[in-house]
Amino acid sequence: MATLNDQRPTDKRTQIRPQNFIEGRHDYESITDIIARFVLNPRPPIWWLVTVGFSLIFVGVMFMAITWLILNGTGIWGNNQPTAWAWDIINFVWWIGIGHAGTLISAILLLMRQSWRNSINRFAEAMTIFAVMCAGLFPLLHTGRPWLDYWLFPYPNILGMWPQTRSPLLWDVFAVSTYFTISILFWFLGLVPDIAALRDRATSSFGKIGYGLACLGWRGSAKHWHRYEQATNILAGISAPLVLSVHTIVSFDFAVGIVPGWHTTIFPPYFVAGAVFAGFAMVLTFGLPLRSYLGVKDFITDKHLDWMAKITLATGLIVFYGYILEMFYAWYSGNVYELGLMYHRLFGPYKWFYYALLFCNGVTPQILWWNKVRVNVKMLWIVSLIVGIGMWLERFVIIPMSLTRDFIPSSWGYYSPTVWDWGLFLGTMGFFTFLLFLFIKFLPLINLFEMRDLLHKNHHTFGHDDKKEAH
Amino acid sequence: MAGHATTTSDAHSSHGHGHGEVVENPLYGLMVEFTDPDDLVVAAHKTVAAGYKSFDCYSPFPIHGLDEAMHFEDPRVPWFAFFGGITGAMLGFGLQYFISVVDYPMNVGGKPLNSWPQFIPVTFECTVLCTGLATFISQWALNGLPRLHHPIFNGKNFERASQDRFFLCIESKDHRFDLEKTEAFLSELGGINVSEVERD
Repeated sequence: MATLNDQRPTDKRTQIRPQNFIEGRHDYESITDIIARFVLNPRPPIWWLVTVGFSLIFVGVMFMAITWLILNGTGIWGNNQPTAWAWDIINFVWWIGIGHAGTLISAILLLMRQSWRNSINRFAEAMTIFAVMCAGLFPLLHTGRPWLDYWLFPYPNILGMWPQTRSPLLWDVFAVSTYFTISILFWFLGLVPDIAALRDRATSSFGKIGYGLACLGWRGSAKHWHRYEQATNILAGISAPLVLSVHTIVSFDFAVGIVPGWHTTIFPPYFVAGAVFAGFAMVLTFGLPLRSYLGVKDFITDKHLDWMAKITLATGLIVFYGYILEMFYAWYSGNVYELGLMYHRLFGPYKWFYYALLFCNGVTPQILWWNKVRVNVKMLWIVSLIVGIGMWLERFVIIPMSLTRDFIPSSWGYYSPTVWDWGLFLGTMGFFTFLLFLFIKFLPLINLFEMRDLLHKNHHTFGHDDKKEAH
Repeated sequence: MAGHATTTSDAHSSHGHGHGEVVENPLYGLMVEFTDPDDLVVAAHKTVAAGYKSFDCYSPFPIHGLDEAMHFEDPRVPWFAFFGGITGAMLGFGLQYFISVVDYPMNVGGKPLNSWPQFIPVTFECTVLCTGLATFISQWALNGLPRLHHPIFNGKNFERASQDRFFLCIESKDHRFDLEKTEAFLSELGGINVSEVERD
């Protein structure tokens, strides 16, 4: 072993206390077998068919909600004056936040050389893309005339008009479209070597041709890997600040406004932490059942659950700190409108939403301090669901609650959603689930080549156990 | 700079057919197969030491140290990314300056027309977008992909290069390539088999 490490000085930077993130005895072939088995099996299991069928019903609901909206306009929603931003913006912020965990796992943990991310990054990146698709739908429909959405982009036109470049709403257009593009490029780049592996394993001619075209002729050349790794690192390097900028800009949509409860400098970090918090919760919500249904517990181990739960707890504490600071700001500012808003949150008509928010995001994550809870799949799953709901409530508390109590009582109001708000929101959940299940059926859920790389590194760190004679 | 020489010859070989003046060897090269990635790194060291230039290694995952062992270095992707980023920044800022100062000046809250701090978010996003696109496109272009077929796929067992086997192929266009001597050299590298790779 010593001689190998001497040859390869790059190994020294890995970990202070080396840990094994692959359980059981595996070699390069068994990793590929286990992960690709589900993809290449022509007969999907019953749980897959049931979930896809069920989610398709909601996809239908979503298209119905969109069609009715286009026919009738945004009046079918509960939006009113003064609540011009309601579920459409809540859901936009909620979905885009969920996407952020994927980029955090794939980019920031890559830059930090956290090799445990190798088994969860693919899946989380896919969730990013689908979540951004769901998110983008809401503001695009909220414009009221979605067929004119190209007006959002600056382009020379016969009206002689341009978008306002000083507005965070325009920044949002750039941030979200850049985020979506870069996420897709990064995801596809990571997929290519794995699609090549599927091409070489596929038995049906449909699979051979399909995967063969999709992998762009990848042949695993060392020269290609050299440039590939450069590109991966650069994309990770730009994705890390990108993901921070996206939710920062989303928070500017509020923080730049003067509405009570919005106009605070804590918003950008508080939003980013909330995004990661919600995102990890969503990764756990889908990851926990899938890891046992797909039989990949050797790769997504209890250690992974433990660490994801710890990140959830840490970001949850930042979010809770944000809630406390909001109250502090209201009190310390002495501003009657800010104080009025805090009174409205605590004792107004929506007070139960605020208490539920404190329970979901402030109290519930605290049980993750206990080791036993972090590795208890059922408990963790319930906590992740509660956090997901809590983060949705947070956006509700921020958006309609502030808008219904601004500066003069004559512009106060009340907001309640209609069946079409519900339809579109539940519809996007079905759409998300549908896309995610299509993805796990046709592409490997876990990054194959990075798992092989991890196994190779394990051999260097822990030795070959039963395969000593290979040297 | 040795890396550059390898790269250019690599790029030319893909357009080698049909020009008449070059008579192509029907043999693409000789290939040796390994079961362990560390053996491949050692073999790459030995191949360079033996003076071979036109060869390549194939593996199912990136092996750190293999590019150094092959004396292969190509810094162009990061440079494309860098200039992509500069272009994006200039385009992003320029667009906003043009809109807000030149073509559609509008007084917003008494701010100066060139209120540059408010142009930073979009400038940043454009920088990231162009860096990403430049990286992605240059990576594929420099690798000569997408490509429908390559002679290396004719190699014995090569379908396992994406799974669990590691290959080294010395190409017939190398000056030192000699069917018998190269085969003997490859046999001594400790792989599990040496085979010929046909061009068609």
